[in-house]
Amino acid sequence: MNEHLNRGVNEDVHDGVNDGHPEQRGTPVGRRVFLGTLGLGALGVVAAPDLQRGLEAFLGGAADNDPTGLTGLLPNGGGFRYYSVASSVPRKNANTYRLEIDGLVDHPTTYTLADLKALPQTRLVRDVQCVTGWRVPDTPFEGVRLSRLLDAAGVRPTARAVRFTCFDGTYTESLTLDQARRADVLVALRMQDKDLGHSHGGPVRLYVAPMYFYKSAKWLSGITVTDEVRPGYWEERGYDVDAWVGRSNGRDDEPTS
Amino acid sequence: MSLRADTPPTTADIRRFTGTQRWVHRTTAALMGVCVVTAACLYIPQLAELVGRRALVVTLHQWAGLALPVPVLAGLASRAFRADLGRLNRFGPHDRTWLRAALHRDKRHISRPAAKFNAGQKLYAAWIAGATLVMLATGLMMWFTHLTPLVWRTSATFVHDWLALTIGIVLAGHIGMALADPEARRGMRTGSVSREWAEREHTLWRP
Repeated sequence: MNEHLNRGVNEDVHDGVNDGHPEQRGTPVGRRVFLGTLGLGALGVVAAPDLQRGLEAFLGGAADNDPTGLTGLLPNGGGFRYYSVASSVPRKNANTYRLEIDGLVDHPTTYTLADLKALPQTRLVRDVQCVTGWRVPDTPFEGVRLSRLLDAAGVRPTARAVRFTCFDGTYTESLTLDQARRADVLVALRMQDKDLGHSHGGPVRLYVAPMYFYKSAKWLSGITVTDEVRPGYWEERGYDVDAWVGRSNGRDDEPTS
Repeated sequence: MSLRADTPPTTADIRRFTGTQRWVHRTTAALMGVCVVTAACLYIPQLAELVGRRALVVTLHQWAGLALPVPVLAGLASRAFRADLGRLNRFGPHDRTWLRAALHRDKRHISRPAAKFNAGQKLYAAWIAGATLVMLATGLMMWFTHLTPLVWRTSATFVHDWLALTIGIVLAGHIGMALADPEARRGMRTGSVSREWAEREHTLWRP
């Protein structure tokens, strides 16, 4: 198309009054810069795996020694990113927070934050992998095993899956019953050895260690046992329901659990 | 500056851009603005926290990005627009002089010869056109994940992120330079510039 364009312009030159004027002749540097930029872009895609590995190592190290937090804004600069699908998220504290367990269970239950804290806590240290690419190494999560809450509620024989709802009013997630009973799936109260803050989904979030982080629903407020898997918020929008790290969503990241 | 002694400044305006050209610039700028603002809301944690509505912001970003080349393609129907593309493409010896002066931070008009577009504007136009298409291609690879092999998608994300940062910086330079030159802005807003400005900033331009 570029060739064609220039021919058009040259024709203009020959019948124009500006024939021979400096702005109508000269080297087609613009086209070279344009094509060069396209070429560099293609080269960037090809070389990205190597470049990314190098940059992650460099920026990850820099982020640890960066008091300003500016490295966190660079692509793959390390650390967590805040994603919310709702327009605003209400804040809940120890007085206002409730977690309801219902659906195909014998004993529907409502837990307060204090109730959850009183149960035995499990601490896991794993990498966190987001489906958009960022990864945070060795992140401690602490909370109650989901299997313990399910057993206490008494799951009925017809149950096959678990659906999670959130007090942001929008987000939903789901797991099969087998996935939900894994020992590395927690109802998390603490992250990085601190109580979960609001921006990280506090006071209580789900933590599904072996799966991409969108499965670990923030601001968890409801657990409903169901007879089939109902796709969650992002899954309705094209993400995989079985979101094993490294084996789903067309990605080949190193497994996290 | 010596030019003014030879040719006394007149008050008459001269035509710099046609209506079509200004429409192309304005529409492209608006679409690019939507891309940049939505990108910031997806990317900067504080803004993401403030705005939320991630699915909506993603949709806006995707469609604005897809539409971004459309105004330029539509502009190709205009003879004046195609002629300006030709001017942006061709570099003469005076452009080398201009670039050398820019590198040495030599701001005297005598050392910055330019026709209708100076060498900086030419480089910017060619680069931003290429960069926009790279963003479009990598963006489509991230959007339609089933079209390309697995590894490509992560690579496309990497290029898209870093090029976005680069475009943000270059675009800030573009806007900054426009803010510093009210007459250049008037040219893009009304289509006309003063003869005095044209003779000072674009000595070789023969409108």
